[in-house]
Amino acid sequence: MTALTLTRAPGRRWSLPLAWAVLAPILVAAAAPELLAAVSPIATDPVNALLPPGAGHWFGTDQLGRDLFTRVVHGARPSLLLGLGATVLAVAAGALLGLAAALGGRAADQVVTRVLDILLSLPQLLLALLVITVLGGGVANVVLAIAVAFTPGYARIVRAEALVVRRSGYVEAAKGLGLGRPALIARHILPNAVGPLLVLATVGFGTALIAGSGLSFLGFGVQPPDPEWGAMLAEGRDFLATAWWIGLFPGAAITATVIAVNVLGRAAQRRFTRRTS
Amino acid sequence: MRTLAKRVGAGLAVLYGAATLAFVSLQLIPGDTVSTLLGPATTASAEVRAQISAELGLDQPPLTRYLAYLGRVVTGDLGSSYQLQRPVWQLIGDQLGPTVQLAAAAMAAAVLIALVSAVATAGRRRQVRAAATAWELVAVSLPSYWLGILLLTAFSFQLPIFPVIGAQDLPALVLPALTLGLPIAGVLAQVLREGLEAALAQPFAVTARARGLSQTAVRLRHALRHAASSLATLTGWLVGTLLGGAVLVETVFGRSGIGALTLQAVDNKDMPVVMGVVLLSALVFVVISNLVDLLYRVIDPRVRA
Amino acid sequence: MIQVDGLEVSFGAVPAVRDVSFRVAPGECLAIVGESGSGKSVTARALVGLAGDRAAVRARAFTFEGEDLTALTETGWRAVRGRRIGLILQDALVSLDPLRTVGAEVAETLRVHRIADRAARPDRVLSLLSEVGIPDPERRARQHPHELSGGLRQRALIASVLAAGPSLLVADEPTTALDATIQAQILDLLGRLRDSGSGLLLISHDLAAVARLADRIAVMHEGRIVEEGPAAELLAGPRHPYTRALLAAVPGARAKAPGERGPVLLSVAGVSRRFRTPDGHQQAVDDVSFELREGETLGLVGESGSGKTTVARIALGLLEPDAGRVLLGGEPWSGVPERDRRARRRRIQAVYQDPLGSFDPRHTVGRILGQAVALTGLPRRARPARVAELLDQVGLSATLLGRRPLEMSGGQRQRVAIARALAARPDVIVCDEPVSALDVSIQAQILDLLAALQRDLGVAMLFISHDLGVIRHVSDRIAVMKDGRIVESGDAAEVFESPAHPYTKELLAAVPTLTPERSA
Repeated sequence: MTALTLTRAPGRRWSLPLAWAVLAPILVAAAAPELLAAVSPIATDPVNALLPPGAGHWFGTDQLGRDLFTRVVHGARPSLLLGLGATVLAVAAGALLGLAAALGGRAADQVVTRVLDILLSLPQLLLALLVITVLGGGVANVVLAIAVAFTPGYARIVRAEALVVRRSGYVEAAKGLGLGRPALIARHILPNAVGPLLVLATVGFGTALIAGSGLSFLGFGVQPPDPEWGAMLAEGRDFLATAWWIGLFPGAAITATVIAVNVLGRAAQRRFTRRTS
Repeated sequence: MRTLAKRVGAGLAVLYGAATLAFVSLQLIPGDTVSTLLGPATTASAEVRAQISAELGLDQPPLTRYLAYLGRVVTGDLGSSYQLQRPVWQLIGDQLGPTVQLAAAAMAAAVLIALVSAVATAGRRRQVRAAATAWELVAVSLPSYWLGILLLTAFSFQLPIFPVIGAQDLPALVLPALTLGLPIAGVLAQVLREGLEAALAQPFAVTARARGLSQTAVRLRHALRHAASSLATLTGWLVGTLLGGAVLVETVFGRSGIGALTLQAVDNKDMPVVMGVVLLSALVFVVISNLVDLLYRVIDPRVRA
Repeated sequence: MIQVDGLEVSFGAVPAVRDVSFRVAPGECLAIVGESGSGKSVTARALVGLAGDRAAVRARAFTFEGEDLTALTETGWRAVRGRRIGLILQDALVSLDPLRTVGAEVAETLRVHRIADRAARPDRVLSLLSEVGIPDPERRARQHPHELSGGLRQRALIASVLAAGPSLLVADEPTTALDATIQAQILDLLGRLRDSGSGLLLISHDLAAVARLADRIAVMHEGRIVEEGPAAELLAGPRHPYTRALLAAVPGARAKAPGERGPVLLSVAGVSRRFRTPDGHQQAVDDVSFELREGETLGLVGESGSGKTTVARIALGLLEPDAGRVLLGGEPWSGVPERDRRARRRRIQAVYQDPLGSFDPRHTVGRILGQAVALTGLPRRARPARVAELLDQVGLSATLLGRRPLEMSGGQRQRVAIARALAARPDVIVCDEPVSALDVSIQAQILDLLAALQRDLGVAMLFISHDLGVIRHVSDRIAVMKDGRIVESGDAAEVFESPAHPYTKELLAAVPTLTPERSA
């Protein structure tokens, strides 16, 4: 009845281009780091250790004289891959579990929901650390650990969405038209239950990136001297008093990536809800 | 009364599940359990190993071991840390204080910042809301380990206002609490602000204004309560973030606490300690989410019906 | 008492209200009637200075009891709102703060305007609640809006507005969410307030509902008042074409001519269904029987919660009855495996109340209809032509094929829903409140379309509605439902002219008619 129009979220006009502008060089760095920084990221140069940012070294050098800009550029690929790998695994597993619970009958639902309840009661980081305790460190195990930690959340969302869709008016209408169960699932339930998940996964990728670099920071993922943003922060921790730049740039790279990804993810979310509800 | 019994039952089910998860994890570790329990640096002889194996009933079938383990957990016996040679519950008890302090301070800071930000910006002019969205976005995107490094660099090394690393007194709590609390504040502020805006768009807000109430009075007397109830869904996430975040923050600031204990245990594959922390987390989660549920019932009479 | 001259409200560049002028005297009721988007609600809110932060409000003159309101500051407005002008909104479930007790809401008005000191407030609250006809006010004051019935909480909302004794009441759709019998009671309450000297500005989409109360009626369309006059005159001799269209659209003005009786297509015999609720069981449908014959329309009427929709779902074979049985075309339709039913589903199709919810939000009109046509087994090549034919049958242009449900108007969506139901060339169409979500003029178009289709295609209809006017307009026979049972059934004319059951009489008495009471 009323003219209570929802006000537009502010600042949308410039936020999307800005997010892409931030993300583009990071993606280039991940795809072809040699294009941006030709020097080896692990070549040491003790004479030039701990130089502040300047003309020769844009981001300064670390305690071993390695060029920080080069290391940040080369750190993009492992950092992004940690987050991406974990997100892909978690979304796939979450979708399977969630759909199994929602469509697999009462018993399946009971079992999956109980297991999810238990996993969701533990902090994500602790769940990841538990996996690492069992399997040990290393890049592959860290990816798996984060995936295990994130799967329950995704599974719960898919289950809830699938239940809503299953009871929705349009599924009943389609059933009334004479559509069979397999077609109902394939045409209506699956796309509508998994669609929101793919949108959420964009924002989830940012969280996974923070978690992946965090585990590297704690010493479990990428190992020195290989460049990875979180591992670089851990190395730089002992030199904060004298060389602030070591602690600044790798973290700024993580944060900038996550902010940009969040902006894109929220834009995708808005577009999705506008189209479907 | 029936709902209370249901609630306690569900809580116990989660605790039982967490205990089982810990037991299964222990079984999944490659290699034999005695080695895992003794740790990599052991020099124990074959007799000692056999003795431990018999003591723990490792020669028994898995189901018997599982039941014996559950029995021990129920009586509060979480085993001993191989590395520190002390009962796990003692270790946890010793480290609980600093972590509780840290979590409480971080939570207080987060709630305060979020409340002020949300009440001041919800439903205001475009520019104000743009600023609010921007700071919330930055706060939720900040990795706590980097935020801690930044704060240390700025306020301990460049401007020596707060003690550097390792201290446990009150001033030393400020930076860690902010580090842990700021990303949480970002999420809380966003949820609160959106909750307030949703409440202010409801007809009852118009009715209240039409009654003669001022904008601010409607926010504080009506809308805030609605927004607060939307926070209840965040409890699980909050508890997890506080406990998980403690691992990172305690590392960055060199503090002792449950987080540091956990990290040390994971590093050394000190499984009994890790299992103890898993059980503790589940217990904290169950207790807090039940408390929040009770609170939620007080706030929203509709769920009581 | 209030005089508005040349009121203009716009949101950015979009004008919502254009050059609107009216006045309301003490003891008088002016009704502003218009469909959604006509600007009537914005007008109501502008009267209390709450059109919103983004609204630009201007007026040549805007005075209340001799005071110029155009120059009022926010602080000045707060002394007017509630104290001198009261605003009553639709549906107290959301118009009263759901987290606070009814008593606290009423007391708040007293507190804001310092009507009574803290100690005296509880007594004032109780007397206000009994003034608006709430029995047992002590208990009700302690309850929350969701614990009260729709009628009671609307009374509580009115009590909270009356608390500070405003001399002008602005009521924006005050009865829209209510059942017909309750609606009549609330309108009577507003009428008594008017008779005791309050000015009453009644805003509604429902010409028939306001007719019994209004002294004068103003018809609003696209932000303008297109016609205004004494209620009786305006209803008897509308001058503006839009008013005439609105009046013609009011259903129930003419009853359907009875048709011929064919063989029984759908037979529902002794059907019952219970649902589990948090506190035990609810008998949603209790021993319901009826028959539907070829080419006829059976109107199933009842208020909310009477079990109509459950009957619809049982008839459609989407819900199994606990007892009784359903036959479709003489063969068992309930109690058979879904496999057997699916092949025969094309014979009975549905049009739902909420067309938006009955479409997959991702699918375009082309895909929605394409899927329905494909299920009839038509070869792929022939499908586009059949989809085009269906669109044409429901009066839609082929340009809509690429639209998604959200990109269409309510009327267009319901036409698509009808086209989808027709795709299978069904014998029976179950219409569950198909027009209750639509504006009156759109309602009339959809009802006309259904009638025309029935005439052309000979399809039988089970037509479910809470609205007796709509039911009378479409039905050959009528069944009245209350609390899960059919309390009366018979030929439409018979039931309307000589209702036998007391509940039917009550329902009929509550139906708003176009004859204003005061001038009668």
